[in-house]
Amino acid sequence: MAKPILIALALMFLAAMVLLPVVAIFDRAFAEGAGAYLAAIRDPETLAAIRLTIIAAMIVVPVNIVFGVAAAWLVARYRFWGRRALLILIELPFAMSPIVAGLCFLLIYGAYGPVGAALEPYGIQLMFNLIGIVLVSLFVTCPFVMREILPVLQVTGEAEEKAALTLGANGWQMFRHVVLPNISWGLAYGTVLTMARAMGEFGAVSVVSGAIRGRTMTLPLQIELLYNDYNATGAFAAATVLTLLALVTLVLRSVLNRFGPNREAHA
Amino acid sequence: MTALARPQPRILPGFSLSMGITLLFLCLIVLLPLSGLLWQLGQLGPGDYLRVMSSERVLAALRVTITAAAAATAINGVFGLILAWVLTRYRFPGRGLMDALVDLPFALPTAVAGIALVALYDRSGWVGQLLEPLGIQIAYTWWGIVIAMAFTSIPFAVRAIQPAIEELDRDEEQAALTLGATGRQMFFRVLLRPLLPSILTGIGLSFVRSLGEFGAVIFIAGNMPYETEIASLLILIRLDEFDYPAAAAVAGTLLALSLVLLVAINVMQNRLQSYLRSEG
Repeated sequence: MAKPILIALALMFLAAMVLLPVVAIFDRAFAEGAGAYLAAIRDPETLAAIRLTIIAAMIVVPVNIVFGVAAAWLVARYRFWGRRALLILIELPFAMSPIVAGLCFLLIYGAYGPVGAALEPYGIQLMFNLIGIVLVSLFVTCPFVMREILPVLQVTGEAEEKAALTLGANGWQMFRHVVLPNISWGLAYGTVLTMARAMGEFGAVSVVSGAIRGRTMTLPLQIELLYNDYNATGAFAAATVLTLLALVTLVLRSVLNRFGPNREAHA
Repeated sequence: MTALARPQPRILPGFSLSMGITLLFLCLIVLLPLSGLLWQLGQLGPGDYLRVMSSERVLAALRVTITAAAAATAINGVFGLILAWVLTRYRFPGRGLMDALVDLPFALPTAVAGIALVALYDRSGWVGQLLEPLGIQIAYTWWGIVIAMAFTSIPFAVRAIQPAIEELDRDEEQAALTLGATGRQMFFRVLLRPLLPSILTGIGLSFVRSLGEFGAVIFIAGNMPYETEIASLLILIRLDEFDYPAAAAVAGTLLALSLVLLVAINVMQNRLQSYLRSEG
């Protein structure tokens, strides 16, 4: 039968293409021993990069949650003119090269762009700093939260929400006690996805960050810098941090798929 | 009764709030930056645009990007179908792990994927070591670009094909077997036909993703102009030279290509599905 052959082929492909590269990261990170690994992680520039990456993600994630919940509610519960165009617009960042995305931001918010030039007299600079990093991270993570919540809202329907309103709940109470419990799993997973992507984005951030050592280097940019400096242990040690984050998102996904409510919405 | 029959006003609260937040976000984060690119392209004019695009280096970069993306997509078409089939139809120990591994390239930051692939395929890497005596070099060649693109886009192929396999009618397969269909007939006539729309969608998405891939590619590509330089990198190089018009011209072309493909995938999927349905 074809079954064992196909399983073997699938396993070989995944092992060679996906599993081995990840194992190689840890192999190279620990090539000079655990001491060198720990020293590389504690390098001040790498720590500064980790700090900046976390700060940026802490701004991006809440903003994206507010947008994602609002957009999902809007698209799931109302029919209005331009609804399909809105959906396409939200999905657009998925299809764009990160370099093209970064360039778009530079062309409008940079010093030579219309918005950037208008703000410059007031001493406001949007690119080559934390604001620029946050803006492009918002762009590349734009669909994540919304995508996870929308199918859940569509499956649960609005009966419970209308019941709550009939029983005298105001809008905020309905949201807190009816909508939020329903979407909590999707919201949690969307949040993790957004966080992982915001911390891991490379191309778009490299266009707008300015890459000032110790100041506007996010962790992925720091990895590139260390790698190009022939500091293999440093680069791969920094890479293990982001790899662990990726593995955590995968574990959460399987947990959600297996035990979470509304499994049909996530299948 | 007439009062009830009238179109209902929006009962659920929050329409204007959610509309306001959504539009504000989309304008600042998506629409305004896109208009920035269009504005720059508008300033360029058709003559200058053609001059930028017809330069040897730009054409070479586009050729490298498109051919490598096509090769990566071919790999993902074959293995994406096998993976989707195995994950949907078979139950075996380690299936859950396999399922999670498919998503790993999506979750792993592209820069991390880039240095990981080099660590594996360069001369001192586990795979590179094995291939070197055979005279095969992957890292810093066109093949390196293909491997990196295939790595980052495999989840898109698998996840697009999986739902279609779940929906396949098993009775038809049983009937075909009972009527004495050979393995080849079974594959091409009974299985491939209904799966075709989703296979095309999967490889289409995989191709679009490969066209734009940057982080995973630049570490393993070697980045030699005319040979292993991808279009995204050329945009970045023009930016570093403050040649914004040239950067915008290449970026606009890449973006237009992706959008046309996405629309084509959408239209194709709808047409094929209704065609297959009408045929019964």
